Amino acid sequence: MKLLIKNGRVIDPKNGIDQQLDIFVNNGLIKKIGENINLENVDRVIDASGKIVCPGFIDIHVHLRDPGYQYKEEIASGSRAAAAGGFTTICCMPNTKPVIDNASVAAYVRQMAAKTAVVNVWPIGAITKNQGGEEITEMADLIAAGCIAVSDDGKPVEKAELMRNALEYARMFHLPVLSHCEDRSLAADGQMHEGYFSTIYGFKGIPTAAEEVMVSRDIILAGLTGGHVHICHISSKGTVDLIRKAKAQGINVTCEVTPHHLTLTDEAVGSYDTNTKVNPPLRSAEHIKALLEGIKDGTIDCIATDHAPHELESKDCEYNYASFGISGLETAIPLIMSLVGKHFDLNKMVSLFTTGPASVMGLNKGSLEIGGAADITIIDPKKSKTVDPGSFYSKGKNTPYAGRKLKGWPYMTIVNGKVKAEDGRIIEE
Amino acid sequence: MKLAQHKDLLGLRDMSREEIQLILDTAIPMKDIIKRDIKKVPTLRGKAMITVFYEPSTRTRTSFEIAGKYLSADTVNLPVALSSVQKGESLRDTMKTIEVMGFDVMVIRHSMSGAPHYVARNTNMRVINAGDGANEHPTQALLDFFTIREKKGTLEGLTVTIVGDILHSRVARSNIYGLSKFGCEIRLVGPPTLMAPEIEKLGVKVYYDLEKAIEGADVINVLRIQKERQHVGLFPSLDEYANLYMIKNDKLKKAKEDVLILHPGPMNRGVEISSEIADSTQALINEQVTNGVAVRMAALFLMMGGTRDEIAY
Repeated sequence: MKLLIKNGRVIDPKNGIDQQLDIFVNNGLIKKIGENINLENVDRVIDASGKIVCPGFIDIHVHLRDPGYQYKEEIASGSRAAAAGGFTTICCMPNTKPVIDNASVAAYVRQMAAKTAVVNVWPIGAITKNQGGEEITEMADLIAAGCIAVSDDGKPVEKAELMRNALEYARMFHLPVLSHCEDRSLAADGQMHEGYFSTIYGFKGIPTAAEEVMVSRDIILAGLTGGHVHICHISSKGTVDLIRKAKAQGINVTCEVTPHHLTLTDEAVGSYDTNTKVNPPLRSAEHIKALLEGIKDGTIDCIATDHAPHELESKDCEYNYASFGISGLETAIPLIMSLVGKHFDLNKMVSLFTTGPASVMGLNKGSLEIGGAADITIIDPKKSKTVDPGSFYSKGKNTPYAGRKLKGWPYMTIVNGKVKAEDGRIIEE
Repeated sequence: MKLAQHKDLLGLRDMSREEIQLILDTAIPMKDIIKRDIKKVPTLRGKAMITVFYEPSTRTRTSFEIAGKYLSADTVNLPVALSSVQKGESLRDTMKTIEVMGFDVMVIRHSMSGAPHYVARNTNMRVINAGDGANEHPTQALLDFFTIREKKGTLEGLTVTIVGDILHSRVARSNIYGLSKFGCEIRLVGPPTLMAPEIEKLGVKVYYDLEKAIEGADVINVLRIQKERQHVGLFPSLDEYANLYMIKNDKLKKAKEDVLILHPGPMNRGVEISSEIADSTQALINEQVTNGVAVRMAALFLMMGGTRDEIAY
């Protein structure tokens, strides 16, 4: 399969490229990047004029729910949501049933992905067996089975000593330890951000301190052990400040932020739309401001969706009964595009989805390399479309953005040299 | 003006001052009906109302039911504890089942904020919020206003102190939303652990000292303290709470001489209110219950399309 991508604005932050170029792809690999490439006998010439051509986007925080919760999502459907949303690589969290806490479950994910996925899928193993917070997992075995990080995800490791051991042990493999920071005693029964709007809407709030207390602990433990702690879905000004300071001290800490924490405030909960229920919760405007500052000054390494699909019944109920989570893969790009020009430029945006996540995970991806795998995301910055969860490839239709008109959508997703999605639709082989 | 332009009555936050006044004005003739020997008017004949209470209630549920009956509506209560809810039936399916029986109004109480809004969004029935979580309890606040107005002649410019567990109180929130539309000075008092975050932004004053909070007050609205709050560590003991915040004679010295004492009930005598106060003439607790029926008659009548001028006698 030979592809020639013509006349696009190629942005490759790692290689410092931002200009109109053509890219020739053959046999799954990038063969040539240059001006005015003209070749005979290509299978397809893609006219990318007016479009932005980038290294394939990476989402390091996705819930594929497979095995165990295939009624919420499967590797097949989740990977299609990723491709439709412009991602070529996703990393899936281990809170499945059974938990990805041993090589055989990790191998299952890799095999199912090889068989049914349309993008690259990397599993994340658990930090502790069964996410139980008691004994650390066989990390070498998990790595051998394809895991590229460990995380206990929504069940954060409560015992400080165990977290210390995990960071220390993971260090020998240069394995990132992903931490969903939440002091569960402070967050208990909370439904939304604690503040003015939790008072108005009558909900128990989740204070930012619930996140910050554990971020502080994990930063201190990373400093103690030299291990790499990656803070998931940061949501507060306090967290940005803590990480900024830790980075300045040379502590091995990275972090991600989600599109929803950058684009929706806690005021949205007022509709009692359960699709606004997410953990950590949507915060107030001052926190969004601090997160945007964190992006600008490099405190925040990458964007990750925390794609959390749920079946209808989990959301079609009373707010307190509803599950936490937003189905995020298919709206991430336009949501972040809505910030481009206002808070950061296009180059920054691309790096947040490419070099940023690749470097957090130690993935040899996120740039356009001659001879490298042809993972390419093409964005149409002019396309406007209304978010329609009914057309999602994800089984999770749970989005608070339904009906919202957004501009700047993925145009094409190329994975290992094959066009997997075009204009939001999956191209099946 | 008609209240019927809104399908539902979910809270006072989004209700205008004029609409609140209309309900209070309409409740005056309704109260007269309650005092008659024959307490029935044909106004809502042929209309059907159901009360669905997911939380226990003595006053509010009975009050809605008798309000409907005085107006000749057919009223049914769904005993939630004995219903299919116990078999795990969802709120949506429960609501749908009720709807297809032809009910016009559903009165719902639920422990979770927003549950009535969820129902309202998914049904054609009119929905009345009879208390949801810590969000709102609009008809309780309306009956409080009716009671205050009846005694003071007006709501305008009064100083109202609300005492107790503000954090978990839907009564406090509905009172705040409504009273602030009438230019009242609203004071809240209770321990910091029971105060709602950033509530000052609603234009209220927060106190921790009871005596300061009731100095010069026209009205004191005493909230029920829920004993289970102690177990989660929000205050150390009922005794200490009573020492600091119980409304009793010697604490009232600095309030206005004719200060009115309200309590939404049920009371914990000896915890948030002393028996001597609860049984005094200043306390309007029983009056509030009667007025609750009148206010709910008014709300039902107006929501069904009635206007102030056409109350049937």
